[in-house]
Amino acid sequence: MNIRKIVVTIEETMREMGRDITPPTRKAVATAVIENPFAGSYTEDLTPLMDIGAELGTELGRRCVEALGIAPAQAQSYGKSAMVGTNGELEHAAAILHPKLGAPLRAEVEKGAALVPSSKKMGSPGQVLDVPLGHKDAAYVRSHFDAIEVQIHDAPRANEIMVAVAVTDSGRPLPRVGGLTHADVVGKDGLR
Amino acid sequence: MPDIVLRKMITTLEEVFHEGGPVAETPLKRAATIAVINNPFAGRFDPDIAGFMETLKPLGLQMAQKLIDVLGGPDNVQGYGKGALVGEAGELEHGALWHVPGGYAMRELLSDSRAIVPSTKKVCGVGARLDVPITHINASYVRSHFDAIEVGCNDAPRAREIALVLVMSTGARVHARVGGLAAQDIIGEDGLR
Repeated sequence: MNIRKIVVTIEETMREMGRDITPPTRKAVATAVIENPFAGSYTEDLTPLMDIGAELGTELGRRCVEALGIAPAQAQSYGKSAMVGTNGELEHAAAILHPKLGAPLRAEVEKGAALVPSSKKMGSPGQVLDVPLGHKDAAYVRSHFDAIEVQIHDAPRANEIMVAVAVTDSGRPLPRVGGLTHADVVGKDGLR
Repeated sequence: MPDIVLRKMITTLEEVFHEGGPVAETPLKRAATIAVINNPFAGRFDPDIAGFMETLKPLGLQMAQKLIDVLGGPDNVQGYGKGALVGEAGELEHGALWHVPGGYAMRELLSDSRAIVPSTKKVCGVGARLDVPITHINASYVRSHFDAIEVGCNDAPRAREIALVLVMSTGARVHARVGGLAAQDIIGEDGLR
């Protein structure tokens, strides 16, 4: 894997709509910019990209947890996304994200019974990628449906792929639309 | 003067391993921190705003310390810059309030930082991006360290907010090779060379 750069961002919200948020909600997102080994031509076997996905699940998950300064078990929600440069193919993003990235990411946040929500697209340098967030152990936790933007001015170049993993230790700042809460999670089937 | 009302803070660390050339022995790190605060002067012309610079000083120090921590200590810091995004109900001059507390906070915490802190600012809408210039902390003419980092936040600055920005870097551009004054040749007296 040829990584050109890694960008880690942590966002803390202390106030929303004039109210103090105590403790602040916190979201981290780690993004790697890598060379796309299959840019420019059709390749049937995408296994090398799946293996890259596994490596990045560990690397980016670990960086998010470190940036939050929490124990892995304190992570509450997660998400993953990829933006493939214009010489690539949407399927390259899928190969990185879906077959192998989830298991090592779950190891970094402990457990992770729920599906890791994801998004992907083709894009050019500086485009915005919205990374969806969902509760890591119970997908129906309504307070934790969220997203975080990533944007890197010089990525993805045409022969690159931008891969992002987001982890939080909290939900939205002022959740009040009901549904399953973090406190009531069973955490067995990944849904409730 | 009014107090600081802080809505959010965002800190970004970028590690650059290469840019198509040889992989750097030590990756270049660039870090930025943004504090989104209420603009106490939004929506009106107030001739008397300068006192707010004093109010901003502790926030400047907190942000500078955060960058130093993210980059692994003051000895690792070789470049710096600052900027401000002023929401549309504000005025460019409100962004200028950041020059003193932002710049001096970094220079207070970094030794041998004689160079002026390069800066940029603008009035803008929510989600606007700002290219914050970076130069060497002790000699503005060090050519390898001229750089910039782009910052922004999808939900800021709202009309009555200011997003204050500080940035630091650990070294030269990753494949710097256009000559000029080199970091090892700094005299270090006037902040320029």
